[in-house]
Amino acid sequence: MTAADPSPGLTPGFAAPVPAAQSCFRALLEAMSRPGLIQTLTALPEAPAPLAPAAAAAILTLADADTPVWTDAGPAAEAWLRFHAGCPLVADPAAASFLLATASPPDLALPDAGTEEEPHRSATLVLQVAALEAGAGWTLSGPGIETTHRLHAAGLPAGFAAAWAANAARFPRGVDLVLCAGDSLAALPRTTRLEETR
Amino acid sequence: MRFCGELNELDVRLSRLYHVPMPTTPTEPDPTAARRRWMGVLARADAATLRTRLAEAPPLPPHTRLRGPETGLVMARGRQGGDGAPFNLGEITVTRCSIRLQDGTVGHAYATGRDSAQAELAAVLDAALQDAGRRPALLAAVIEPLAAAQAARRAADAARAAATRVEFFTMATMR
Repeated sequence: MTAADPSPGLTPGFAAPVPAAQSCFRALLEAMSRPGLIQTLTALPEAPAPLAPAAAAAILTLADADTPVWTDAGPAAEAWLRFHAGCPLVADPAAASFLLATASPPDLALPDAGTEEEPHRSATLVLQVAALEAGAGWTLSGPGIETTHRLHAAGLPAGFAAAWAANAARFPRGVDLVLCAGDSLAALPRTTRLEETR
Repeated sequence: MRFCGELNELDVRLSRLYHVPMPTTPTEPDPTAARRRWMGVLARADAATLRTRLAEAPPLPPHTRLRGPETGLVMARGRQGGDGAPFNLGEITVTRCSIRLQDGTVGHAYATGRDSAQAELAAVLDAALQDAGRRPALLAAVIEPLAAAQAARRAADAARAAATRVEFFTMATMR
């Protein structure tokens, strides 16, 4: 038992851990198989600032003791993750299985992109954005989208579409992206093509 | 579910089972020793006993559940051989609970068995005992009586076992 508790401001995780993690996992599966379609989560954890509830729920669902996590969310969020997910936290983005970015996204070339033989061993980036809106912004196409789909993610840097194209060019290697805002999330697997439309 | 964490208590109990002394730490003023002691006493008490003791204590502060109470498995390790090498004895059922008081104090409890009420009460007591203002009353009303009862029970068990002890060297001298 630790001498001085490092986390006096610890907040609860999921109220009912098993059903909540299952419903969140289902939402993540739906989001990954229908790229850009916004999913709204119902069971949300009480996450410490600056984590949005959806981003916290996604990382709590995905991360466990076997998945190193990189995050820029600060000590309160790190203590919360260590307690509830039990995941090791790493300082090097390349060593992480999951990356949780709350400020500007890390360079998409940094995280583990898997190998040509085992591309599924790549990292997944959970990126917290200001807002998600369907029917505006990017035009998405690719597997899982019948024709095209429109998605706008507010608060991403200007060069993001170019960085995403470079990520897609490494196929089958590459990172997958989960965009989270408030209680909703949308996913961009590495196969999804982005076009900036104005 | 498998818990990972420090479970010194189990190690201590199992080493007693196998008559191998635990590595003794030098008697330095350990800030965690008092907490470790009351957590151990609470882990050995059941929910009904805790409620009986709490009836005479000042009321416990309101709390929020952080995790659990939840039941899972812990690999219990024993020691074997002349050098006390660790081996995996088997998995045991453990219930754990973590709570937070309104002032932010976090209390933890791990106890063998499936008694979730015990784990939650023990976690609240652990948090309340960390507050120097509440500690003396709770120690006097809950921890010390429980510790005394547990010591008496252990002594009675030891006395019963001692009555059946066979002294092999006395058989040699009788010949």
